[in-house]
Amino acid sequence: MPPDYSLPAMEVVRALIRRKAKNLRLLGVPVLGMCADLLIGARCVAEVESSAVSLGEAGLAPRFTEAAEKGEIKIRDATCPAVHSALQASEKGVPFMPLRGVLGSDLLKHRDDWKVVNNPLNSATDPILLVPAIQPDVALFHARWADHAGNVWIGRRRELATLAHAARETFVTYEEKRSGDMLEDELLAPGLISSTYISATAKAVRGAWPLGIPEVYDIDDAHLARYAQAAKTREGFERYLDEFVWSKKKNSLPA
Amino acid sequence: MRHVAVGAASPIPATGALLAQQKNPSLRISRLHRRRGNPFSEGSRELFDLAGQGRIDVFFLGGAQIDGEASINLVRAEGRRFPGSFGSAYLYPVVPRTILFREEHSKRVLVPKVEFVSARGDPAALLTGKALFAWQKDKRRFRLESVHPGHSAAEVRENTGFGYDADGVAETPSPSKDDLLLLRGAVAREIARDYPEFARRVWS
Repeated sequence: MPPDYSLPAMEVVRALIRRKAKNLRLLGVPVLGMCADLLIGARCVAEVESSAVSLGEAGLAPRFTEAAEKGEIKIRDATCPAVHSALQASEKGVPFMPLRGVLGSDLLKHRDDWKVVNNPLNSATDPILLVPAIQPDVALFHARWADHAGNVWIGRRRELATLAHAARETFVTYEEKRSGDMLEDELLAPGLISSTYISATAKAVRGAWPLGIPEVYDIDDAHLARYAQAAKTREGFERYLDEFVWSKKKNSLPA
Repeated sequence: MRHVAVGAASPIPATGALLAQQKNPSLRISRLHRRRGNPFSEGSRELFDLAGQGRIDVFFLGGAQIDGEASINLVRAEGRRFPGSFGSAYLYPVVPRTILFREEHSKRVLVPKVEFVSARGDPAALLTGKALFAWQKDKRRFRLESVHPGHSAAEVRENTGFGYDADGVAETPSPSKDDLLLLRGAVAREIARDYPEFARRVWS
């Protein structure tokens, strides 16, 4: 899943909570935000692998923080380029990728799947980290457009393309359907993920709300601040779910 | 210094970088998480690829804890969980000039030893709400460089949990009239787009 600033599929997150999904393992590409906090608070999540979980300017992700402090979820701490590199390894069909930096970090002590080796192409001492390929079961995000050929347009959010290339299955909600085939449009093609990688798409108008899509609708800062405040307590979080997830009212339309 | 990158949740470094750019328009600033006009076209890995090649000269890192060895902790302390390490474990050792910053200057934050090393490296400096420290790479120890107006060297010592050297401590120069005009004008307007809450708190 992408973080709050990179086309999150919030409508699907709400649907997963309503379906009482259990034991999800979330991967942050490379970090997570409100989507993860909602799923964790609704007890849908067993494990989180991410470089961070935060609500950005709205502060800590309260349900993640409490679940982590109480030991209710397993956390595999990562660092952003390790996630990107691990997905790129899957994208290329190779077992691992080397990555500079990281060597002095305690992250290594908690990641027995990461290995430090000497650069095999250099006879001098040159330690380097190897991170194993990550192949997510499912990639899930929201796109501005889908077309009749099954392509989706994510613009500059190319980490979503890498994610889709690496994942076994990719499910995408979209804001608007375009007719025809965007691959035939030279201006749109560089922002596409081709249908080769897409398992299924579904229309979800304002599907990222209360998060945003650049130039379509902005992040609803007031709502995010309200969530951050409400979710500080379990009771406040439950009330938030009652109002915006469990109720059938059209919660994703503009106020 | 040609290319300054500013990470997530960093309104103060972003403000400083934009002020520097007002005075040196050839300075390239890449601010992550801009709501519009994000500086990258290759997705969020591009910053790390740039840094890996040496194309980022300056980066800023904060910490829930920062210790006397210049290690930072973004993961957990005293039973509390923080968001996580973000890209710090990679960027700190890879970027040539990493500036550590934290507005809160207290023994809670500036500790002898962090509980979890998110990242370690050799910083260019450590800047807090009270003071500026230089890093002595050979001794692996901070040196108090200057104290901000309204604070004293004794107060800094009192509120710092790690040992550091201090001789000939100066007062941090206040921003000039021209700098203040830039900060409250062009810089404030730009910052408000990405950090509306911060801009309201500081400038309104």
